[in-house]
Amino acid sequence: MRTQRLLSYLRPGRWPSVWCPGCGNGIVLKTFLEAVDRLSIPKEKIAVVSGIGCSSRVTGYMDFNTLHTLHGRAVAFATGVKLAKPDFEVVVMGGDGDLLAIGGNHFIHACKRNLDLTIVIFNNMIYAMTGGQVSPTTPSFFQTPTTPRGNFERSFDAVSLALAAGATFVARSTVYHYDHLVQVLERALKHKGTSVVDVLTGCPTYFGRYNNMPTPSSVMEFFKTHTCFIEEEGEGKIKIGIFKESEEPEFYSLYKEITSKEGAME
Amino acid sequence: MQKVLEKVAITGAEAVAYAMKQIEPDVVAAYPITPQTPIVEYFAKYVADGVVKTEMIPVESEHSAMSALVGAAAAGARAMTATSANGLALMHEIVYIAASYRLPIVMPVVNRALSGPLNIHCDHSDAMAERDSGWIQLFAESNQEAYDLTILAVKLAEHEAVRLPVMVNLDGFILSHGVEPVELYPDELVKKFVGEPKPYYPLLDTDHPVTWGPIDLYDYYFEHKRQQAEAMENVKKVFPEIAKEFEETFGKRYNFVEEYRLDDADHVMIALGSTNSTIKYVVDELREEGYKVGALKIWMFRPFPKETLQRLLNGRKTVVVLDRALSFGAEAPLYEAVKSALYEVAARPLLGSYVYGLGGRDVKPEHIRKAFEDAIRGNLIADEQRYLGLRE
Repeated sequence: MRTQRLLSYLRPGRWPSVWCPGCGNGIVLKTFLEAVDRLSIPKEKIAVVSGIGCSSRVTGYMDFNTLHTLHGRAVAFATGVKLAKPDFEVVVMGGDGDLLAIGGNHFIHACKRNLDLTIVIFNNMIYAMTGGQVSPTTPSFFQTPTTPRGNFERSFDAVSLALAAGATFVARSTVYHYDHLVQVLERALKHKGTSVVDVLTGCPTYFGRYNNMPTPSSVMEFFKTHTCFIEEEGEGKIKIGIFKESEEPEFYSLYKEITSKEGAME
Repeated sequence: MQKVLEKVAITGAEAVAYAMKQIEPDVVAAYPITPQTPIVEYFAKYVADGVVKTEMIPVESEHSAMSALVGAAAAGARAMTATSANGLALMHEIVYIAASYRLPIVMPVVNRALSGPLNIHCDHSDAMAERDSGWIQLFAESNQEAYDLTILAVKLAEHEAVRLPVMVNLDGFILSHGVEPVELYPDELVKKFVGEPKPYYPLLDTDHPVTWGPIDLYDYYFEHKRQQAEAMENVKKVFPEIAKEFEETFGKRYNFVEEYRLDDADHVMIALGSTNSTIKYVVDELREEGYKVGALKIWMFRPFPKETLQRLLNGRKTVVVLDRALSFGAEAPLYEAVKSALYEVAARPLLGSYVYGLGGRDVKPEHIRKAFEDAIRGNLIADEQRYLGLRE
């Protein structure tokens, strides 16, 4: 029954996906559908916007209102969708390169504005679609085709970035922590304001293969052993959990409030 | 010295990356986009292995890539990048800046359809969107040409009478990912040919401080644009000299256009890029059948070699132009340029416009043959845009 419900959120004619065997993107998609299902959000009230990249292909597979846009621009398109359809649950899905590099400016400004968007970062730490090149979240010293001797730049921490920019719900999880990810996405969707969920997802084809994790299970193992929950002790580990969840004035509500005041438009 | 070092079977991307290795620019800034990516990957390996001393920056977008190159070139460095489609479109703003600052940046463009809907395969819509930007635009038919033109472009861009950036266009996937035999030249010969870059008013010359790009309103902007137009005209004088030197050095001949079985041809087909190989194949077939057909390949699209076309096309019975891009609401870009050039000739040929291959749609010999057959039968209408290989 539940499976049937989840399947109804998909476009069967668009499958199989472009994702490689062992890719984590399918897991992120399923956790998202579970969260939508738990919240019983009607299909026609959801809009998902994506940019360019492996993860951005997700909008082709889901049977919601979906918009597949330009590299880096998903957040800007989503801002327009949300302002035109304020009663929609507007979700942005995209990769780390798409959202934090070429679209980084849109990302931080969305966080600053606190418009009610849910931004899900499929963070595989590389540009997978084009062949695994170094991205802003590639950890230092990891290897990619454009950094064959290791990445000597530091990497972005998407959580710190979102917090500093002012997002009001900020969380991180991984595709290994399935149940946790569903819960996080559920709360992100419920939150009123800009929600950012940094999801570590595996790309065994490029990220794994170049960094001694050639199998899907070895990437999963990496997420298992290199992460810990915020409240746990874990020196040098990547923290997962909810970093911020605060009620602050949301952009559209504020906008309505101010423009509806008597004399506001004079 | 031997002109050709070795003959190898490589992709167009590797050929271009190899040319970049031999040119050894001071700075490369790039951002990944299909189908340009292998060029940058090959080059990144040269950097990582210490084969080149180039400083390479994996920037956060194409907008930043071209911006970094403008900074580097203004500082006096030899600077290169490569891109495709939406990457080129995102650079657009700085593409104009590079040309108007007269910075001799060389950029291979791996031609791909400019979305939407999203498409990663070959057409020329990306290059055509930049045709008025002030860059010199060269088009390669083969991997050999992509290699050669990348080397040649450096010398052309940096010539003192030119000082303009150059795009070297190669068809996405067809050339970039297709393997062909390529004759590679010895490093020393390439290095000698391109020479040392000669900086003009470099930012790093602190004894003679200069400023680049300050506000330039109705007082001098117009004169500066006129100078840019002049520099572009100068290309027509300088290019044959550089092509001659290229031929003497490497044994390969380049010109504004390539003539293929053109001498006595009544019917001439014109195109850009890799499709010329298919056209030549069909020309040979039709010649065997007794038809006087020929091909004219455009190597240089900007500046447009109008005088050459007038000389070669005056008095022909028909001219068929193939475009791999549209100009919505007007004639297709190459056709428009050819038609405009032929306005001034004494004996104007009958003209035909054919659009083909958008978004990577395959163009087959039978499509080319169809267009030639229309020409041979006199079934051409100058104001009618026709399509090859399209479902209608």
